[in-house]
Amino acid sequence: MSEAVSARRARLNAITELALARFRLFYREPGSMFWTFGFPLVLSIVLGIAFRNRDPEPVVVAVESSSALTLARAERAKEILAKADDVKVKVLPPDEANAELRTGKVSLVVVPEEGEGGYAYRYDPTRPESRLARSVTDDVLQRGEGRKDAYAPVAKIVTEPGSRYIDFLIPGLVGLGLMSTGLWGIGFSLAEMRTKKLIKRLTATPMRRSDFLLSFLLVRAVLLPIELVPLLVFARLVFDVGLHGNILTLGLTALVGGLAFAGMGLLLACRAENPQIVSGLINVVSFPMYLCSGVFFSSSRFPDAVQPLIRYMPLTALNDALRAVMIDGAPLSAVGGKVGLCAAWGLVSFVLAIRFFKWR
Amino acid sequence: MHGAATEPLPREGSARTELSIRCKGLQKSYEDVVAVDGLDLEVRVGECFGLLGPNGAGKTTTVEILEGLLQPSGGTVEILGHRWETDERWLRERLGVSLQQTNLPDKLTVRETIKLFRSFFIEGRDVDKVIDLVALREKEHAKYDTLSGGQRQRLAVACALVGDPKLLFLDEPTTGLDPQSRRMLWDVVLAFKEQGGSVLLTTHYMDEAERLCDRVGVIDHGKMIALGTPKQLIDSLGGSQIVEISLASAPAEDEARDALAASLAGLPGVKASRFLTGRIVLTVEHLHLALPAVLGTLDEKRLELANLSTHHATLEDVFVTLTGRALRE
Repeated sequence: MSEAVSARRARLNAITELALARFRLFYREPGSMFWTFGFPLVLSIVLGIAFRNRDPEPVVVAVESSSALTLARAERAKEILAKADDVKVKVLPPDEANAELRTGKVSLVVVPEEGEGGYAYRYDPTRPESRLARSVTDDVLQRGEGRKDAYAPVAKIVTEPGSRYIDFLIPGLVGLGLMSTGLWGIGFSLAEMRTKKLIKRLTATPMRRSDFLLSFLLVRAVLLPIELVPLLVFARLVFDVGLHGNILTLGLTALVGGLAFAGMGLLLACRAENPQIVSGLINVVSFPMYLCSGVFFSSSRFPDAVQPLIRYMPLTALNDALRAVMIDGAPLSAVGGKVGLCAAWGLVSFVLAIRFFKWR
Repeated sequence: MHGAATEPLPREGSARTELSIRCKGLQKSYEDVVAVDGLDLEVRVGECFGLLGPNGAGKTTTVEILEGLLQPSGGTVEILGHRWETDERWLRERLGVSLQQTNLPDKLTVRETIKLFRSFFIEGRDVDKVIDLVALREKEHAKYDTLSGGQRQRLAVACALVGDPKLLFLDEPTTGLDPQSRRMLWDVVLAFKEQGGSVLLTTHYMDEAERLCDRVGVIDHGKMIALGTPKQLIDSLGGSQIVEISLASAPAEDEARDALAASLAGLPGVKASRFLTGRIVLTVEHLHLALPAVLGTLDEKRLELANLSTHHATLEDVFVTLTGRALRE
């Protein structure tokens, strides 16, 4: 057997052993198991229940009765509104009515105008539920006071899967999970190894440094399906969240996304002396994405000025791609740009991590 | 990427192999501290060499430079006839290293840890043989965080031995261990030496150096202040016995102390005498001559004895004589 062959065999053995060690350290740490597998499930249950599709909520309004003069009109308004299914109404003195408006207990206050006039509406138009309340209340009161509609509209109600909140949420949770396991799983354990002088000890052996870093990516790639499949199966069984695209496209998107965050994890921990520093860095990097990258609500809600910034965040690209594949059934060609952006983040991070890694 | 290319390995035995370590004028300075200050060192093949010195003397810095983990600020280093700058991969395959404090992964077992380290070497020892060698067979499947201090240290040495090194570096291998654990570790080192391996170890335990080392070098303030076999160094004291005397009321002024020490030094059988942290320390050749004379002199001067003890001279006494300080201050 030539020297080159035995060296190659030894190297393969080294990568395998490094990956095995990482894997063992992972599954022997109950905490990391929970954050990787348990947490996304718990989050999807909680949010799925909180945002499950219910019958439309009635709007809540108060009618103000300030004086004996307007009391009769207030009572009349209450009677009209109480007949409507989608309005909940109560009569309150002005102080209380305003207090409840301020705290959001009622969305709108109806104030009878003195004399034979109509009603004034007191509400905050920047609150969507207040605007809704105004429109609904106005319709009901106008009709009650004798307005005739030009025609009776026919309602056709849509409840198909794919357009519900949970359908939006699950791909976001997949992306979030990939980000946290990549950043925390890798960044934290590297910093811990450095604190324990283990990295220094390893560099005193013939171990190749690139093998060491590659083993982290390898383990992430192996764990990825074990992380994702339970969440997706759960979402399918409990919330009937379907996959409309190709499963391989989804797998590839998730793999690239997972490796991108693994690379970023390596980069964030490449010089940090201890886990505290790494936690700080990971929070700084992940928090903006947590908020802006469309995990829980669409990233398009942020002002246009910051949209270019948000669009280039790796989690935004990953979430958009995951949603396109899962909800719209987009083919790989349609999400190629987003997946490419993730790959670029991962590659640049990995190269920088190798370049600046502190081996002590 | 580091070391990705496979450069042709230098042929073994082609260079000066009679020395396993050779360094000249070794220097390491940090911003405002000189840790190693022009150190020369030669360790022969098959020899166990001990670097002695108090904490902060520069032992660990020296060892880490020799291990190729630190860059020296000056001087030359040759390990097994090779240099770090050109032959790092070749050297790494042939060295065993145990750092001063390493924590191995908590949740890996003894066997898994040794197997991991074995995988880094192209050639090495059988994992099972190493487990037996360090007497960890019973703990083979125990995780690192359940091991005792002595077992952890033996595992660290096992990780250093599993690559079948020619040269073993041990940085304070028994610090903080109980006597039995220390002896078990000494046995491992002696067995390695018996098979022809070279060892460089640092310690601040003089008994450890006397038990394990063929030669020792004493380092203080980054400089080698004495070098030789343990016996040579002890002989350099001029007497084989040490007498320590505490007085009920020792003179307070330095001059009075010096005068007393000088008068004792002139007595028959006494080779040297001085005050150290409130005690009189005498180096003595013939105890049966010196002791009556010393007691007589003290009596004459009406100095009352509080305590008197004698012991065979050790490397500890060598260190005290050389530096005027105890080793573990």
